[in-house]
Amino acid sequence: MDTMRDRFFATTADLLDHDPRIAVVLADISAAAFAPTAERHPDRVINVGIREQLLIGAAGGLALTGMRPIAHTFASFLVERPFEQVKLDLGHQGVGAVLVSASGSYDWPAGGRTHMAPGDIALLDTLPGWTVHVPGHPDEAETLLRHAAADGDNKVYVRLSNHSNADAQPVAPGRFVTVRQGTRGVVLAVGPMLDAVLAATEGLDVTVLYAATVRPFDAAGLRAAVGEKADVVLVEPYLVGTSNNEAHDALADLPHRVLGLGVPREEHRHYGSIDEHLAAYGLDAPGLRGRITGYLR
Amino acid sequence: MTTAAITPQKSTPHQAEPQQPRRQEQFGFGDLPRLMSLMTGAEKHTAAATSTLDAIWVLYDRVLRVAPETFRDQGRDRFLLSKGHGPMAYYAVLAAKGFLPPDLLPGFGSYDSPLGHHPDRLLVPGAEIGSGSLGHGLPLAVGTALGLRAQGLADPAVWVLIGDAEFDEGSNHEAIAFAGSYGLDRLHVVAIDNSSATHGWRGGIAARFEAEGWSTATVDGRDHEALHAAYTAPHPGRPHAVVARVEPKNA
Repeated sequence: MDTMRDRFFATTADLLDHDPRIAVVLADISAAAFAPTAERHPDRVINVGIREQLLIGAAGGLALTGMRPIAHTFASFLVERPFEQVKLDLGHQGVGAVLVSASGSYDWPAGGRTHMAPGDIALLDTLPGWTVHVPGHPDEAETLLRHAAADGDNKVYVRLSNHSNADAQPVAPGRFVTVRQGTRGVVLAVGPMLDAVLAATEGLDVTVLYAATVRPFDAAGLRAAVGEKADVVLVEPYLVGTSNNEAHDALADLPHRVLGLGVPREEHRHYGSIDEHLAAYGLDAPGLRGRITGYLR
Repeated sequence: MTTAAITPQKSTPHQAEPQQPRRQEQFGFGDLPRLMSLMTGAEKHTAAATSTLDAIWVLYDRVLRVAPETFRDQGRDRFLLSKGHGPMAYYAVLAAKGFLPPDLLPGFGSYDSPLGHHPDRLLVPGAEIGSGSLGHGLPLAVGTALGLRAQGLADPAVWVLIGDAEFDEGSNHEAIAFAGSYGLDRLHVVAIDNSSATHGWRGGIAARFEAEGWSTATVDGRDHEALHAAYTAPHPGRPHAVVARVEPKNA
């Protein structure tokens, strides 16, 4: 199976072929993969070099002329390093862009902390108007990328990962998908967390919702899914608790509990593999099952 | 020209509309101090407050192909004020050229005024960008020039005004190196040098542009003919930077 990033390259090449508004801005990361596309569209595939402030600033300028820029690099260098550019060169100017990240939280554990940005979505939450997609499968990534490219001038973040689920879900921006129904609580799995959540809740009487779009948060979907017990567990492949407030707001009119599970705030100074990190964070199936069953009693 | 000829820009639905031109008054350079006084309440202004005045005036009066009636045209020249601190001179020129009515000037900085101490493009008629945080205009100008090029618009010029202290910000240097290498020849910088950078620029500001392949000129920032000549100097295949030297800020 191709990776989400592979699908991003192919999908974006197709978008460039068919929509003259689309322009891609790169900061060396993935430039080789875009080389054939750049030959066909030399003025709309632009690699600025290892210059992330310029990456976002140039995307803002492109948008000011009416283009639909897609800016891409690792999450650390797309959201964290040029965060003020994201705030001012897009939002404050009143223009939009599609920011497509790779290696968000734990995709390259051997790369260490410098290449991990589990707080990317929490950071974007400090700004108004961002749509955030967290696909869990290459097919979902393609669906959401195409939606983002055609999403007017909105500000859209698409968080791609090497970690993915075996099967794609029928995702549509703005609503959660009900994967399994039960009565003792709701577990919301975000993006690549779904397979582990399904394994962890096997045999449990719980509803499993799936989110590949977390902003806007499908408050109505969550509200409708809770039954007699408004107990909710969020399982997110990025900073723990990122969506807790969204869940609390969705359930503000009834007594409820929310448990947020995700990547811990503390630095985890180990290398190794994705699986080793997921286990260490308690985000593998056994770790999730223990915490979910302990909570939904 | 009528407003019917103005093409709304798809990307900027909320952008402040330039006011309908009020050309009952024709303002000249000599009127700018009076227009600035409407904002500052002072009859005279310091050199620092007017450091950008001549450079912006000559651009709008003699170089830029943009007017209130053409502000929405995709083929217009664009002026991006990156150094958003001390925007009174900019607002005065916009008022003099009919982009905003002079009666807005006395409200400068007040709650309901569109004219803040840093410009906001969604509020200020005629402003291409919002600025205030230093070092954002030049990267935005690079993207603007790239966007026009990608749309086959080889004619419109993109101008960005920066300051010598603003030049400290590393984002400028990201943009300069890229634009020089890329040969972004519709990109123009006017750098106002009033010797306000804390650590200075040994060897001069122009040298930083030249090293990256830009065409440059360094002129007296109060000399309108020299500014005009530098602004209009040919620079085929290369972006162009004009360093406009004015009185030191702390002299």
